[in-house]
Amino acid sequence: MTKRQRIVVVGHGMVGHRFAQAAVERGLTETHDVVIFGEEPRAAYDRVGLTSWFGQGSEALSLLPGGEYDDPRVRLVIDSVVTEIDRVARTVTVVSPPSAVGDLLAHPGAVTVHDYDVLVLATGAAPFVPPVEGRGRSGCFVYRTIEDLEAIQAASASATSGIVIGGGLLGLEAANALVQLGLDTHVVEMAPRLMPVQLDGAAGSTLVRHVEKLGVSVHTGVLTEEIEGGDAVTGLRVRQAGTEEGAPTTTIEAQVVVFSAGIRPRDALARECDLETAPRGGVLVDEQCRTADPHVFAIGECAAPGGTMYGLVAPGYAMAEVVVDALLDGPGTFTGADMSTKLKLLGVDVASFGDAFATTEGALELTYADAVSGVYKKLVVSEDGRRLLGGILVGDASAYGILRPMVSSGLALPDNPEQLILPASSGAPMGMPDEAQVCSCNDVTKADILHAVAEQGCESVADVKQCTRAGTTCGSCVPTVKNLVEEHFASLGKVVDKGLCEHFRLTRQELFDVVAVHGYRRFDDIVEAHGTGRGCDICKPAIASILASQTSTHILEPATAELQDTNDKYLGNIQRNGTYSVVPRIPGGEITPDKLIVIGEVARDYGLYTKITGGQRIDLFGARIDQLPAIWRRLVDAGFESGHAYGKSLRTVKSCVGSTWCRYGVQDSVGLAIALELRYRGLRSPHKLKGGVSGCARECAEARGKDFGVIATEKGWNLYVGGNGGANPAHARLLAGDLDTATLVAYLDRFLMYYVRTADRLQRTSTWIEHLEGGLDRVREVVVDDSLGLGAELEAEMARHVGSYEDEWRATLEDPSKLERFVTFVNAPGTPDPTIEFTTERGQIQPIAPALIPVGAPA
Amino acid sequence: MIELAAMTTVCAVEAVPLEGGVAALVDGEAVAVFRTHAGEVFALGNVDPFSGASVLSRGIVGTRGDVPVVSSPMYKQAFDLRTGQCVDDPAVSVPSYDVAVVDGVVVVGSPREAA
Repeated sequence: MTKRQRIVVVGHGMVGHRFAQAAVERGLTETHDVVIFGEEPRAAYDRVGLTSWFGQGSEALSLLPGGEYDDPRVRLVIDSVVTEIDRVARTVTVVSPPSAVGDLLAHPGAVTVHDYDVLVLATGAAPFVPPVEGRGRSGCFVYRTIEDLEAIQAASASATSGIVIGGGLLGLEAANALVQLGLDTHVVEMAPRLMPVQLDGAAGSTLVRHVEKLGVSVHTGVLTEEIEGGDAVTGLRVRQAGTEEGAPTTTIEAQVVVFSAGIRPRDALARECDLETAPRGGVLVDEQCRTADPHVFAIGECAAPGGTMYGLVAPGYAMAEVVVDALLDGPGTFTGADMSTKLKLLGVDVASFGDAFATTEGALELTYADAVSGVYKKLVVSEDGRRLLGGILVGDASAYGILRPMVSSGLALPDNPEQLILPASSGAPMGMPDEAQVCSCNDVTKADILHAVAEQGCESVADVKQCTRAGTTCGSCVPTVKNLVEEHFASLGKVVDKGLCEHFRLTRQELFDVVAVHGYRRFDDIVEAHGTGRGCDICKPAIASILASQTSTHILEPATAELQDTNDKYLGNIQRNGTYSVVPRIPGGEITPDKLIVIGEVARDYGLYTKITGGQRIDLFGARIDQLPAIWRRLVDAGFESGHAYGKSLRTVKSCVGSTWCRYGVQDSVGLAIALELRYRGLRSPHKLKGGVSGCARECAEARGKDFGVIATEKGWNLYVGGNGGANPAHARLLAGDLDTATLVAYLDRFLMYYVRTADRLQRTSTWIEHLEGGLDRVREVVVDDSLGLGAELEAEMARHVGSYEDEWRATLEDPSKLERFVTFVNAPGTPDPTIEFTTERGQIQPIAPALIPVGAPA
Repeated sequence: MIELAAMTTVCAVEAVPLEGGVAALVDGEAVAVFRTHAGEVFALGNVDPFSGASVLSRGIVGTRGDVPVVSSPMYKQAFDLRTGQCVDDPAVSVPSYDVAVVDGVVVVGSPREAA
């Protein structure tokens, strides 16, 4: 065996993270250890989406929420700066402050030296601060990291007005941030228009009108003279571009100034160890992103493949993949990138792609402008009008998904290319060649997507996203992916049938609404009005669940008893030999010794097999159908109630011991878990529901593995949603942070009811969120921002559920007509089922598998 | 013709839920008796051939196309109530029994010849 090689990655931004992901996915970690040094105090996060930090906090942006990789051969050390590279000894010197974690760094504040076999520079870029007089005054900021945003937020608390210097992409993002912070916001741009690199004059002025409508004052064609003030900023003095020095100036008052005048590659480490850099900055690398030193690579914004630096994330990702490929002896190369851009800036769609400025010889421009609605579209076509070369879209970029691939594929234009940008252009969407790249962030072609739906069993956009990664970075191609998926199924003559089963063409959500609108209470009425036949094992339990969610009547009432799946029908979980298991509720996993003894006595007296479940309760197995009432009588008399282990309903809310006992706990997790379990017990839902509450960030309750997870913070609770274990594990994601208990409960009420209303049958919360248009952001809009105005209604529905809750087993024991079904043989009540037999193993019963009737030989 | 004298009395017909089933002991064998929405009564062997468990009476009664079926509570395969034929697997079937309602009482006879 050859010795394992060590890769040291300098920098844990988006590109460094992508490198690590690709190294794990492509098996590079089988032969290489990866150590990443990141200088920020947290793991990589979505810098492209930085402005959403104001609404959602750091955690929602994180690309590695747990702070470590699942693959133990990849180690991340944050808060650590690489200060020196020794290419002869092949070592890096790392300085870590006392707060750094990681066993590599035994001594706080230590300077350590680490060997490498391969060094990957992913140090990114730094904001460029032009040499304006007064730029050192307090109140001046850049816009690059979460720390920058925290500082801007703190300064804005006492400010009324802010200025962004730079009217490019990032500048407008920064302006958006200042608007969100409630500042009177100005944007100052030296060029005569906004986004001068991507937009022409007409597009720029269309954008200005949009931006000004949002209350941002735009000053284009002005030069910054001086940042005025004493220690602190008081304003920015500017003069018109083109005027002589000493010409009259004006001052814009502001207490906050944000520089966003471009970025510069951070290539100092490379220069200091005599690696060549490009004239305009960036570590010079070849098509495999390798420097002149074969052991050193550079990727992302710090690199300059062929002398050009790329300031977008997609080319950085491509470089990361190329280096992983090179280390696996693959043929991949990076030969330039599509610099097309589509963004939503301050709520305005802006896209620029291909030869947007018609620099190709003979290129012609077709434009469409609607000043009233603020839409500007331009196509750049070849001289013969047959090929699309590029374009600009402002105000409505919906055609981007069709147009950009046409540029890269060279597809022939239709006879009337203006149709492509006229509003509501009729007819079918333009055909796209198979090799057209649909997702530029992850290099996914139309052929890849069609392969996923035709060969790999993908049935939805969500499946395709998971399978191909298309649409998972910037999301701008998702509408195109959706069209492709729908077109594919339509071409097979297959309407993507979301109907529940052969008896109902409606989806579960549609059925839910139909039942609510008409006030149906009986399956017969529903199937007569909206379905065919007499139902089946799919639609009947689904409708039973909908009726239970809406009416809170006992599930074994005559109208619904026969709709229930066998587990609900007998209020127990059927096991392989036809016996049932019994699970009393133990809220939050907290139980008194007396109650534990009762469970033990009942199990002993009925000869049941006992096992502790993963949900912090006790499962009693092997009860015959005719034994269930007597067993439950004992349990109910001792103060137990149904645990709903048999239902598509709330199971448990798992907890750690919390601040009452644990020396690390910051909140009472057990108390909250019990309150939540008692609040949502009995709630019938599209699939089973599990919750968890952890008393501190150590997360001992594994709350993020649950449909809803709550983790205590110093200030309150963080609420995570959409987690589960099982075959397709999902980590719950942050919905809202630092909530007080009342707000937490209100959000949970809304979240759960929204899920109960709109999810498909047997769809866990994770897949439901994934399939919702807008995903988690949509959930947040509805639950937190109350964008649909549904909040009060959802809370009222939950209040009704909570108010009408009754223990299903107690109610069953009190109603002789409901007990009638708990009999093995209707004509021989005392006779046990002869097929049920047990043996003993480790001191407890185990079922003997019933003899199977040989298939093909009817008895 | 069905010989009533040789049949086993099971229960009052109302004791079989509409679109539901009950299990009965007939000559030592477990038999599932079902009643459809239209009130027709059928009897099949109670043992689910896919699991070996005696549970078919606890399945959901409904239709597949025009065929009245019960789906096994264990792994959900559907069986034709009229014949015992498994709708999802032509190689599998369960016995079907003669059944009648006499004076409001369900009576079950012997297994029919396989169809």
